[in-house]
Amino acid sequence: MTEQIVVVGNGMAGARLAGELYARGEDLKVTVLGAEPHRAYNRIMLSTLLAGKIGESAVELAEVAGRGVDVRTGVTVRAIDRTTRQVRTDDGDTIRYAHLVLATGSRPVVPPLPGLDPRRLPDRVVAFRTLDDCRRIRALADGARRALVLGGGLLGLEAARGLAARGLDVGVVHRVPYLMERQLDPAAGAMLADTLADLGVTAHLAVAPVAVAADAAGVRLELSDGTVLDADLLVLACGVRPDTALAEAAGLAVRRGVLVDDQLRSSDPRISAIGDCAEHGGGPTGLVAPAWAQARVVAQLLTGEDPRARYRARPVVTRLKAAGIDLAAMGDPADGPGEELTFADPARGTYARLRIHDGRLAGAILLGDNPSVGTVIQLFDRGQPVPADRRALLLGRAVGGDVATPAASPALMPDAATVCQCNTVSKGALVSCWRGGARSVDAVVAGTRAGTGCGGCRDAIAGIVDWLSRADPVEVTR
Amino acid sequence: MTDGARTATLPGPAPREVATHCPYCALQCGMTLREEHGQVTVLPREFPTNRGGLCQKGWTSAELLTHPDRLTTPLLRDPVSGELRPASWDAALDRIVTGLRDTQQRHGRDAVAVFGGGGLTNEKAYALGRFARVTLGTRNIDYNGRFCMSSAAAAGMRAFGVDRGLPFPLSDLGRADTLLLVGANPAETMPPLMRWLTEQRQRGGKLIVVDPRLTATARQADLHLQPLPGTDLAVANALLHIALTAGYVDESYVANRTTGFTAVRRTVAGWWPARAEALSGVPVADLEETARALGTAQRAIILTARGAEQHAKGVDTVTGFVNLALALGLPGRPGSGYGCLTGQGNGQGGREHGQKADQLPGYRKIDDPEARAHVARVWGVSADELPGPGVPAYQLLDSLGTASGPRALLVFGSNPVVSAPRAARIEGRLRDLDLLVVADFLLSETAALADVVLPTAQWAEEDGTMTNLEGRVLRRRALHRPPPGVRTDLQILTTLTTRLKGGAPSYRLAHRKGPLLTTIEHAADGADATDGEHGADPRAVFDELRRASAGGLADYAGISWERIDAADGVFWPCPDEDEADSPRLFADRFATPDGLARFHPVEHRPAAEEVCAEYPLYFTTGRVLAQYQSGNQTRRVGALRRAAPQAFVELHPDLADRLEVTEGEPVRVVSRRGEFHAPARLSAAIRPDTVFAPFHWGGAARANSVTNDAVDPISGMPEFKICAVRVEKAGTS
Repeated sequence: MTEQIVVVGNGMAGARLAGELYARGEDLKVTVLGAEPHRAYNRIMLSTLLAGKIGESAVELAEVAGRGVDVRTGVTVRAIDRTTRQVRTDDGDTIRYAHLVLATGSRPVVPPLPGLDPRRLPDRVVAFRTLDDCRRIRALADGARRALVLGGGLLGLEAARGLAARGLDVGVVHRVPYLMERQLDPAAGAMLADTLADLGVTAHLAVAPVAVAADAAGVRLELSDGTVLDADLLVLACGVRPDTALAEAAGLAVRRGVLVDDQLRSSDPRISAIGDCAEHGGGPTGLVAPAWAQARVVAQLLTGEDPRARYRARPVVTRLKAAGIDLAAMGDPADGPGEELTFADPARGTYARLRIHDGRLAGAILLGDNPSVGTVIQLFDRGQPVPADRRALLLGRAVGGDVATPAASPALMPDAATVCQCNTVSKGALVSCWRGGARSVDAVVAGTRAGTGCGGCRDAIAGIVDWLSRADPVEVTR
Repeated sequence: MTDGARTATLPGPAPREVATHCPYCALQCGMTLREEHGQVTVLPREFPTNRGGLCQKGWTSAELLTHPDRLTTPLLRDPVSGELRPASWDAALDRIVTGLRDTQQRHGRDAVAVFGGGGLTNEKAYALGRFARVTLGTRNIDYNGRFCMSSAAAAGMRAFGVDRGLPFPLSDLGRADTLLLVGANPAETMPPLMRWLTEQRQRGGKLIVVDPRLTATARQADLHLQPLPGTDLAVANALLHIALTAGYVDESYVANRTTGFTAVRRTVAGWWPARAEALSGVPVADLEETARALGTAQRAIILTARGAEQHAKGVDTVTGFVNLALALGLPGRPGSGYGCLTGQGNGQGGREHGQKADQLPGYRKIDDPEARAHVARVWGVSADELPGPGVPAYQLLDSLGTASGPRALLVFGSNPVVSAPRAARIEGRLRDLDLLVVADFLLSETAALADVVLPTAQWAEEDGTMTNLEGRVLRRRALHRPPPGVRTDLQILTTLTTRLKGGAPSYRLAHRKGPLLTTIEHAADGADATDGEHGADPRAVFDELRRASAGGLADYAGISWERIDAADGVFWPCPDEDEADSPRLFADRFATPDGLARFHPVEHRPAAEEVCAEYPLYFTTGRVLAQYQSGNQTRRVGALRRAAPQAFVELHPDLADRLEVTEGEPVRVVSRRGEFHAPARLSAAIRPDTVFAPFHWGGAARANSVTNDAVDPISGMPEFKICAVRVEKAGTS
């Protein structure tokens, strides 16, 4: 019989692992245990769901079942018994494993504030993490006018943007003097705040919350500068903490997350950890891309597809893209050796700062309308050399290229210039045809076949004939 | 018909004109051939596809009719010298018949294989399939269309239940509010088509082009998405993701006209735009703009071509765009839909009538008992005698001369030595054959390896039908007979059948009783072949094709030559001579059993070969305006040769800088499978991580020496469009 793989967690990491195993396995026995009652969904889309643009079905992810993969939702794992190699669930079941993968994700941080009991948050206060959280926020937002978001990081801003899109007046409270300080510099943070203000999101910066008071009528947030903000709901987006409770209780090595090696193995080789709950090298990232890369490596190892598969942390790209906001941040553009490239157009809310070291991108912040954003992300992600003409990094690929611009006047065109690509007819050939007696566009076309293919050069031919008829009066009268 | 051929080079009394179509691509531009004093000139002709336009290839097409390289006598390989020597038809046919018989006696029927082409007329494609299945009794037949649009064909088949490149007339392009071209470069591959795109933009339409290169077509676009090669599928899924989140999905269409959307919705939920952006390099803003332009247009059309299709995941990539089109409710909506720009002249018809390893005429499946019974009846044989499915082109070519593969091969209308992926390996396979027979009118690179070369007629010397990229069946009309010593492919097949079976195939006219063509006389050496003598009247073949296709997906039963002549072609399916044809498909139902279109969830996957330290660059292939396919024809035309004299390697100036390569400098492109040489052409129109070369040349400049022979698991399409290479200065080792 096949040895059983048990995956704890059916979130972005766990569900992905199930899919990766399914795609490879002919003869696998996999049990996925998800604590949430829902089928797998895309957590990244929750802020879009919050905005009310889509229904819940739109965030459902493909889930594999059958062929040895069993997904059980609404089942919480209570304990791991490493000696008997089994997990015990809250419905009283025990499941044996040959290999256990922890994909328990993370839990939202609830700041220690008077009025906030992390075990029982007030009714109008929601820590934004799960689909159920999203449902609660949506319910509170219905009929509400004002919302507060505590935390001006990526998640907080996405929540704020989503709530603003529902027509709410949104305030974001952030301790640091500028938004998204982990990814941005002060200038970009300030410009982002301006962009958000246009979208109905007010940033309260460099102030700390000191107390929360909530009742059935509303929620009140007191700030360190004495300000008091009132709202109908408060969303907590103060970061997340890896959910390591099971691992710690089972005696696995845990720092911030479950410590794993390049094969994603914990201190117990029979147990792996992936995604937000795992700590590889520098620490948990809280992002999907590393979690999915880890899922792939674990699947390659567990199925024997590639016993040499190893996870290598890659530099992460943070992307905030919502209507009206386009932000990409990667690496550290503010610090370190090398060249720095900047561009700022505050009137249009566009900002770019890039650091190039050793011919490679060491970091970048791109905010607003930066046509090069896709290129910059790829160059950074793949460690490829940057273009010789650095402007291409700011303005897009075509700069410095050979895109032909039509000459202002036919007189300035070289004779050898090809006017009709379809029939390889040069300006010189058109002129010769003219001099040979063709005196109209149709006659020149008939004589040279220029313009008979795609027809795209007809205007250019007409221009040349026109120029010839004016510039060559002697020829005309002869 | 008068004895026209023999006057072709002599002064004639009066000019003759015939309305026909260009011999090259699937646009099948209307043209008039005029013959006067032995000179043939090409005149453009008003036709609904090209509207009087022609590109340089079409203008110069008649030059090959009297080209000095033209083959006018069979060639036999001399066993002593190993060289090809002129021979009589009798000797050539004897050698073939003896070889085929011997091979089949010793190794079984499947030891003889047939390889066709997407440029053959419907009649020839049909006759070739019948020849393989009935005369030779081999299952081993396939054709170069596998290398062309087989991925789009398979994707269209599984989504719509039928594969017709464009399910609407080309003119619909001119009226689209939004037109998305994926991996298509018609400005170079079929220039007169661009007239429709010009019209589209003049009407205020938006043109969006997806291509890793800033092609001549992309330069005309309102928006150019320049993805990394091999990431089109991620782009497609992200576009559908955006369509879902932005509310562009046509829910009632999805509910009423399709099935399977839920699984697709859940798959594309995992393709948020930033993920596709990191993979493809296409900015999220551009993806959003593309989805918006498609999702909010009254009329929107999505077209794919080889750039999206020639991948080991080509079927899934096309399916990704079909899913998008279906979710937006495009197929069947007036002026909207999904289509594939077919490449070869008869790429469409060529895939409908039995050249494909798994198909019988009328786009029937060869493993379908009903289809077998029907076709067997038409062919006058028992269904049990018909062989089963063979293997797709690359697999077939790669098995040649091996222990389990065919030992003899007949090639019609194809030049795989240049056009097959991993071509050096295929060249080796061809050399391993006991017998290679090539029918061509020029000594192609493949013909040069043959044991027997048969000189065939050119397009202006034969009648028949072609089915263009719209599914419009057209008439190819002969201007004059082939020159002395030359026979048509149909004549060759008929003669071979007679010699092998002791009787000619009895092609029957639909409305006549009894066989039209029964008497075959072996032509004397050099004797002119007439239709009567050789019993290969294309019209009779077409009439039988009509009956064989009747009731199939590509139903030609109601199409007669007269009907084509009376209109500007006839669109299939056309089951009844008295009923209208089908310019637009899917208005009410799809060709599936329940009439609903099928969604299929598709996931992006990496290319079969990704870049690495040793091979750090992506390599992609394509075409140039002045050359066609393997270049066997166009490389010999003076004006085309001057316009595009040789292969080149297109690379970005930044990359050239790093490689210390200058414009025009010879470089070597090396993959795990081989290498080729060509001068560098520097261009910022290409991504710095990708190099491009056209595949029209053979020998040392053969781009296909490096391409990957990984194939799509469904269509058998090779991965021409992406592999990993390194580029070196040709002087270094």
